[in-house]
This record gives sequence, C-alpha cells and structure tokens, in this order.
Amino acid sequence: MSLDSLYQQLILEHAKARHGSGLDASTGSVAPGSAGELPVPGVGQSHQLNPVCGDEVTVRVEVSDGAIRSLRWEGQGCSISMASASVLHGLAEGAGLGEFDELVAAFRDMLRSRGAVQADPEVLGDAAAFEGVSRYAARVKCAMLAWVAAEDAARQARAED
Amino acid sequence: MALVKTPSTLQHAQPALDDAEVERIRNDFPALAQEVNGHPLVYLDSGATSQKPRSVLESEQEFYEQRNAAVHRGAHELAVRATEAFEDARAAVAAFVGVDPDELVWTSNATEAVNLVAQSLATATVWAERGRGGAETRRLALGPGDEIVVTELEHHANLIPWQELAFRTGATLRWIPVDDAGRLRLEDAASVIGPRTRVVAFAHTSNVLGTVAPVGELVALARRAGALVVLDACQSAPHLALDLRALDVDFAVFSGHKMLAPTGIGALYGRRELLDALPPFLVGGSMITTVTMERAEYLPAPQRFEAGTQRISQAIAFAAAVDYLAHTGMDRIHAREAQLGERLAEGIAGMDGVRLLGPGPGEEWHGKGRIGLAAFDVDGVHAHDVGQYLDSRGVAVRVGHHCAQPLHRRLGLTASTRASAYLYTTTEEVDVFLDALADVRAYFGVA
Ligand SMILES: Cc1ncc(COP(=O)(O)O)c(C=O)c1O
Repeated sequence: MSLDSLYQQLILEHAKARHGSGLDASTGSVAPGSAGELPVPGVGQSHQLNPVCGDEVTVRVEVSDGAIRSLRWEGQGCSISMASASVLHGLAEGAGLGEFDELVAAFRDMLRSRGAVQADPEVLGDAAAFEGVSRYAARVKCAMLAWVAAEDAARQARAED
Repeated sequence: MALVKTPSTLQHAQPALDDAEVERIRNDFPALAQEVNGHPLVYLDSGATSQKPRSVLESEQEFYEQRNAAVHRGAHELAVRATEAFEDARAAVAAFVGVDPDELVWTSNATEAVNLVAQSLATATVWAERGRGGAETRRLALGPGDEIVVTELEHHANLIPWQELAFRTGATLRWIPVDDAGRLRLEDAASVIGPRTRVVAFAHTSNVLGTVAPVGELVALARRAGALVVLDACQSAPHLALDLRALDVDFAVFSGHKMLAPTGIGALYGRRELLDALPPFLVGGSMITTVTMERAEYLPAPQRFEAGTQRISQAIAFAAAVDYLAHTGMDRIHAREAQLGERLAEGIAGMDGVRLLGPGPGEEWHGKGRIGLAAFDVDGVHAHDVGQYLDSRGVAVRVGHHCAQPLHRRLGLTASTRASAYLYTTTEEVDVFLDALADVRAYFGVA
C-alpha cells in the first residue's frame, strides 16, 4: 500500500488551506466555546478530542430552513484531521439536512470498511479522497473527528431550530 | 590529569556492545527479521514495548508444557514445580534490581504497581480513621495538610494515581517544575519538598526526554523531609544496571514488557517493613491466613499483595528476560544505548525544521547523558503524519503525547515523535531512520 493513497494531493492541499477554519464570533450568532451560555436557536457547537494524539476540533453549525447555513471550525491536529474538516466545510455549507445526514453516513461507512467500500464521488465529492484512510485503522478517528463534531453540532442546532 | 572530560555516560567499566554482538543478539529476536511496507523493519519503539528473544518465548511455552499448575496451593507434583519456578522467578527479578525476593511483588505492569502503592496508602488512611492496623500502618495515613510531590515530566501512570490519592485523603499534590527545555528545576525542588511532604514520586528516566533524574539529590530532600520515595523505574530497569537498595528508594515500579518479558507482568519493589505495614490493595484468595464470615487476616508481603491466581507463565518468562539481559551485561547495554542516543540526538538536532526535545547532542543534565531515546517535533508536520511517513519506510516510532500531556504542554506541544532503541538496535537502523526523517518535510510540502 503506498503512502500516496493515504495522503492524496487533495488532502495535503486542504490540510494547508483549512477552508472554513476560524470561529470568529462575528460570523456566528454565538460567542465561541464558553460553557453555560444559553442555547441560540439554530446554532450548535461541539468540541471533539482524539485522546490518543491530542488532536482537537470545535465545529459550529448554523441551521435554518432545513439546511446547513454555515459550518465553521477551529482545531489543531494532523493533516488528515485538518483536511477532513476543511473538506467538510465545503460540502456541508448549503446542504439540506437530509443531504448532510446522508453525507456523514456515507463518509463513516467508507472509513469503517477497511477498504471494502468504494467511495461514491456523487455523494462524497472531495471527501472521496479519504478512501485510502479506511485501510489505516489508526487514522480513521483522525478523519472522523470534525465530522463527529459536525453531526453533534447539527443535532443541537436542529433541536433548537 | 585528563584534559578532556569524558561524559559520564561513556565512563562504563564494561565496553559498549559492538556491532557484531548486536547482529548476534538480533538473531535471537524473531520479530525483528521481517519486512514492513516493503522495507526491512526498523523497530524504534522499544520505549513503548520491547521485542522478545526466543529464550523468553520458549520459557513460557516450556512452563505450559511441563509445569502448568496453580501456585501456592495443591499438593501435587506439578503444583510443586510451578510454585518453585514462580518463586525462583521472583528471586531472579529481585536480584536483577538488587533487592530481596520477599520485597518484590508481582503486578500486571508498572501502572498497577503505582496504583497499588497509592491505593494502599488511601486504605491505610481509612484504617487509621477507623482504628484498624498497628502503629506502623497508622503512620502511613495521609490527610489535609500533607503533601504528595511529583515532577512535571511524569508519565500519567506516575501522576494520576497520586492525584486520586490526594483527592481521597485531602492531601495536596505538588510538583517540581521543569524549565522551558524540560530540565527538572532542582533549585525549586528544595522548596517544593518540605516538612509537609509525605511522598515523593518521580521517574528515574524520562520516557520523553531520555534523561536520568538526579536520584541522589531528590532522595536526600525526601529523607530530610521524612517522606517516602517512589521511583518509576519503567524506563531505567530495561536500560541500565539498577541497584534499588543503593539508590535508597522506598518503592520502585517497572514493567516486564519493556524489558524483553511478555505483557501482563510487572513488579513493585517495597522496603520490607513498609510492605508489611501497608494494607492490601486487592483482596481475595491466596493472600490470607484465616477467614471468618466477618473478617480476614492477611499474609505478610509479598503474598499479601498477590490476590487471586497469579501470572505464573509471565513471571517465569520475566526471569528468562532478566537472565538474557544480565548475561548480555547491563553496563554494556547502557553504554551501547548511550552511543545510539547520541547518534539520534546529533542527527535530529542537525536537521532543519526539527526540534529535538531534551538534552542537546553531547549535553548532560544533572551530570548524566541521554539514554537511547529521542523525541522531537517536526515544524509544520503533525507527529501522526511523521509517524505514518516513517512507517511507509519501514520505521516504527511512537507518536502522540507518550502519556505525558503536562510535559508536552509545558514544552509548547500537544504531541511529538519518539525513536527509542534497545540492545538489538543497529547503528544502520538509526541512520535509516534519520534518512527517512530528513525527507518528511519535503513529502508534506513544508520544506
Ligand atoms: C516512565 C514510564 N512510567 C510508567 C509507564 C507505564 O508502564 P505500563 O504501561 O507498562 O504500566 C511507562 C510506559 O509507558 C513509562 O514509560
């Protein structure tokens, strides 16, 4: 198995570009992070940590009219975890909630398949580049980190929408 | 008079193992002779766990084929053979670290051994409150106003049990800080360790920095304060000649799997009178004298701390492991690994965009050189990615915080990459690793 199947060019580019990174308070309707704040309708935020390596990401999602209006994130970690957050930003913003759920489910299925499930670019778009990660069991968590956070944030946002 | 000062790490009575001997040693380790990702395996993760020589694997197999029985019970022949082998193993491992057999308690690993001490001290506190146990046991009780001292560079195994002990007893946890480079601030130790200090627990050798602690100085401070000393010898017992009695510590812990033995076996050394005063950790079968429906009387150490059916084959294999090490010669292993550590440090420190953690090449901290271990940070490339790249070249290293989050935080990092050698590591392997490391930044497009 070649390393390049894991570190596809697209992944390395996203890891550097970090699209959607930065939780500037002005871009959201809620101040980042602080515990105990009142929930804001349509907004959810989730922090996820990979205890193995200390990678962490915070994702904030705003939902309105049944769609993800904004998905922004902040974090630090390896190229796989940062690239997957960057790709997710591009795919999720503007997606309907049903579409978003389908996207996350397809990504998870592919990653957990140990290489058995081929990526469907129709559903996954740029996230198909993570297909190679599924063969590296230790890295699946890295790729899922932001997505788990986004799923959790979206759930909160929906509950309060 | 010598004009050039020889680093103390190189002043070993015995010469270092040479390349030819290391080649012979490698033949004893089946796991080393394999390819990984199309390259010969370069195993530089012995700090996490060591590979095992055939003699260790065979001793375990031989036990199951010839002597398998539960120990310390049963009158039949196999039980006698098993018990003898089990107790001989204790004597062998005890002798390897310079203590008496009845001062050595088997545990699962070093982590369990630290927990044994910390939780038994918590139990001593409860016993004292409820009027149970003799004067020696009551003296071990902790309470508000008492202090437990660790260092900022500890492995979580030698930190969290003390946090919990402090919580349970109302004692305060304090620590000796490290400076920006990670060096223990001995000048602060004298104020941190004081009359309220009851326990001083520290690593003999850092699993991140590869440094050897100033044991003498810390023990002297602890003695002045009347505190117990707990030594985490997890990274020293495998790599240097250890004489726990000479170090004058009260307790010491180490894990078999880091020193050629199987997983599942470790040891606690405890000064005899302390072990006998300490309440048991786990209770149940095999550690009692008389039991009624209301209460039980406990055996003296070490059986008092060995409840339940023991890790017999692992203990026997542990003895085979220390035989292998002693036969090779710990001073020679230490000297060899000091050379490899130096080569690692030099190669890593000389690379653009790579930060070596711990002492620089040729540097000594507290009068001691680096052991055969080096952790580092690659600028612009996360440790996980560094490790993945090295793995693609056949090189196995450890990535992450190495169970030392506070130290990493103090060094301004969340994770690092660590290469660690052992008696079977060749000079070429270190060079293969360094060559691969030199390509990492280019691969990830940051150089
Ligand atoms: C310094 C140090 N202390 C304690 C431990 C814990 O050892 P174990 O996981 O075998 O209990 C380790 C091993 O990682 C270590 O390096």
